[in-house]
Amino acid sequence: MKNNHRFRRVATAALAASLLVGGLAACSSPGNAGAEGATADDIATALQTETTLTVWGWAPQLEPIVEAFEAKYPKVHVNLENVGTGNTHYTKLQNAVKAGTGAPDVAQIEYNALPQFALSDALVDLKDFGAEELKDNYTESTWGSVSLNGGVYALPQDSGPMAMFYRADVFEKHGISVPATWDEYVAAGKKLHAADPNAYITSDTGDAGFATSMIWQAGGKPYTLDGNTNVSVDLQDEGAKKWTGTWNQLLKDDLLAPVTSWSDEWYKGLSDGSIATLIIGAWMPASLESGAEAGSGKWRVAPMPTYEEGKAAAAENGGGGDAVLKQSKNKAAAYGFLQFANGPEGSKIHAANGGFPSTTADLQSESFLNAESAYFGGQKINEVLVQASKDVVPGWSYLPFQAYANSIFSDTVGQAYGSKGDLNGGLQAWQDATAKYGQQQGFTVSTK
Amino acid sequence: MSVHLSPAQAEAAATLPAPSPSPASKPPKFPAPKFSARRRGGVTRKRTSILLTVLMGVMAVYALLPLFWLIVNSTKTQSSLFSSFGLWFSSDFALWDNITGTLTYNDGEFLRWLANTVLYVVAGAGGATFLATLAGYGLAKFDFPGKRGVFAVVLGAVAVPGTALAVPTFLMFSQMGLTNTPWSVIIPSLISPFGLYLVWIYALEAVPTEVLEAARVDGAGEFRTFFTISLRMLAPGFITVLLFTVVATWNNYFLPLIMLSQSTWYPLTVGLNSWNAQATTAGGEAIYNLVITGSLLTIVPIVGAFLFLQRFWQSGLSAGSVK
Repeated sequence: MKNNHRFRRVATAALAASLLVGGLAACSSPGNAGAEGATADDIATALQTETTLTVWGWAPQLEPIVEAFEAKYPKVHVNLENVGTGNTHYTKLQNAVKAGTGAPDVAQIEYNALPQFALSDALVDLKDFGAEELKDNYTESTWGSVSLNGGVYALPQDSGPMAMFYRADVFEKHGISVPATWDEYVAAGKKLHAADPNAYITSDTGDAGFATSMIWQAGGKPYTLDGNTNVSVDLQDEGAKKWTGTWNQLLKDDLLAPVTSWSDEWYKGLSDGSIATLIIGAWMPASLESGAEAGSGKWRVAPMPTYEEGKAAAAENGGGGDAVLKQSKNKAAAYGFLQFANGPEGSKIHAANGGFPSTTADLQSESFLNAESAYFGGQKINEVLVQASKDVVPGWSYLPFQAYANSIFSDTVGQAYGSKGDLNGGLQAWQDATAKYGQQQGFTVSTK
Repeated sequence: MSVHLSPAQAEAAATLPAPSPSPASKPPKFPAPKFSARRRGGVTRKRTSILLTVLMGVMAVYALLPLFWLIVNSTKTQSSLFSSFGLWFSSDFALWDNITGTLTYNDGEFLRWLANTVLYVVAGAGGATFLATLAGYGLAKFDFPGKRGVFAVVLGAVAVPGTALAVPTFLMFSQMGLTNTPWSVIIPSLISPFGLYLVWIYALEAVPTEVLEAARVDGAGEFRTFFTISLRMLAPGFITVLLFTVVATWNNYFLPLIMLSQSTWYPLTVGLNSWNAQATTAGGEAIYNLVITGSLLTIVPIVGAFLFLQRFWQSGLSAGSVK
């Protein structure tokens, strides 16, 4: 699944913001938990009944999954609709939720957007369908991401434990060893840029998803949630400061390529090696293979650098699952689809089509771990990536209005990026703007 | 990748034909303006300004460079897009492959989107132009109570951007069960306050009340008068409005984006953007070459329409320039 791209239109962000007002107002309406659950028998019956399900999602793996599902349950017809990627998708989903009609039965939702929909009463609590017992099938961090306020609001599909993807050829050419700590990473950045002024250790023009993941890895817990409406935001905690301590150095010395992630320029940099590393989620290999063909054989994967030598730490970056909407009239069949798509059968198809799974069985399978990637010069990349999934720092959560918060990242922290200033100041401004918005939406927001 | 319509609109508005004081067919009553026009022309010819010429040259380059980029890059393959200089051709010429790829990708959904766009343009822009012409003419040539009120409403409506109305319209259409149907794109496109205002002002001058009175005396009904006499006099105004609405509907992005969720009803703008977004998805196929070629194919008809309609439009310009 895609992650934090920044091509969004201002209008879309503004629209998302305006609609959120109505969306969260639904918080106050009483939920009807427990009333819509179904037993395993109900679900099995629903899957043998003539039904049409609408599924909204943009992940390319959904198409083969849907085909396999329809082959197994010929009576259930699935309309798979790609209504947009990322924010566009969420805006449409929020529109339909607010309008009270037009929402799909099942929607793909990334982990960072899930609280927004779960807490605004748009999603079915899958506990009512017995999702609780699937807990052990998924990694701890992804299950943690779909468990909110004592409910389970989605089944995980993919995950994005972070790792460092790097250009072995560029490192070799300039005699740079693979950095294991962030200090070494900064030093590598300086050495590389001094040797070749066109080359950068990485690219970053300010990306909310990246920044939050980096704070996550550093041990920060800026967002906490207590009940449905009590939120605290603290972007000045120790973890956040650790990250800015490292990143400020790169920013100040112009060591970050001024290239927006996911742009064609970015792919160009990844192809020709002028962007030498990427700190990004484990789903990246498929995108590298398709977007940066010329980099084939030159990329490698290593664990993410750490703050303390020898003490592995990683974070999740992107990834998401599938949820059942309250508007659905076929909840039992919709949950049956989730069981297939996000269960053993679906996750195999997902992994075979370039996705990075969240299911422990797939992550631990010998064939997955031992797969040699030609693009990565025959490296067994999954060994590194699966280890990263085990090293994810526990205890992270996102805001129930993360989509909005991310949309104003560039207005606040982005300013610090633009002026090569202090990222701490930017994070403070982001915190203030986020808290203010939360208050306006009826949350009780405390800041430090 | 989507085309913004505001600059095009602004540009077109800047060169809007002045309402002709008399229909083109009617010879000017006084020869004097001709004389003065000629003299003024002579003076202008001497005063060629290097500064202005350079400025216009820069503007021309500014406007044409993206088009040039589009043409150059539509000849490249996905991999050579990133390995060759952006403003010149690469060694491999893949335009035909790209066109074939664009037209056949995903069971030829590009062609489906093209057909949808044509439908929205014909029904939406055509309907909008027709309604604007009828209403503008009616407001210009008939007196009725509340006319000033209508005038105020229309003027106010010109100032409201369509984007601002998109969300309320969505919620309303959602209640009516019209979202995710072609109607949700066509119906809002039928309203063109700007076009109405334009025709209104144009009709005030272009259709002499005497002609209408003569027609009435001869026993023609109002609709017959409109279709057989007035419409011809209004042709330059009509074409201008048609041009605006066609361009606006062809480039319409935001409205279909929020109204439609089924890709089979997408117009080209939204469809191409969904192709573009593919590259930002893990495991998604990057098809920038097809997005670029698709964009090139998308602007060809609109450039064609502009050039074709411009001829009619110029007659309005010259008719106005005599006086």
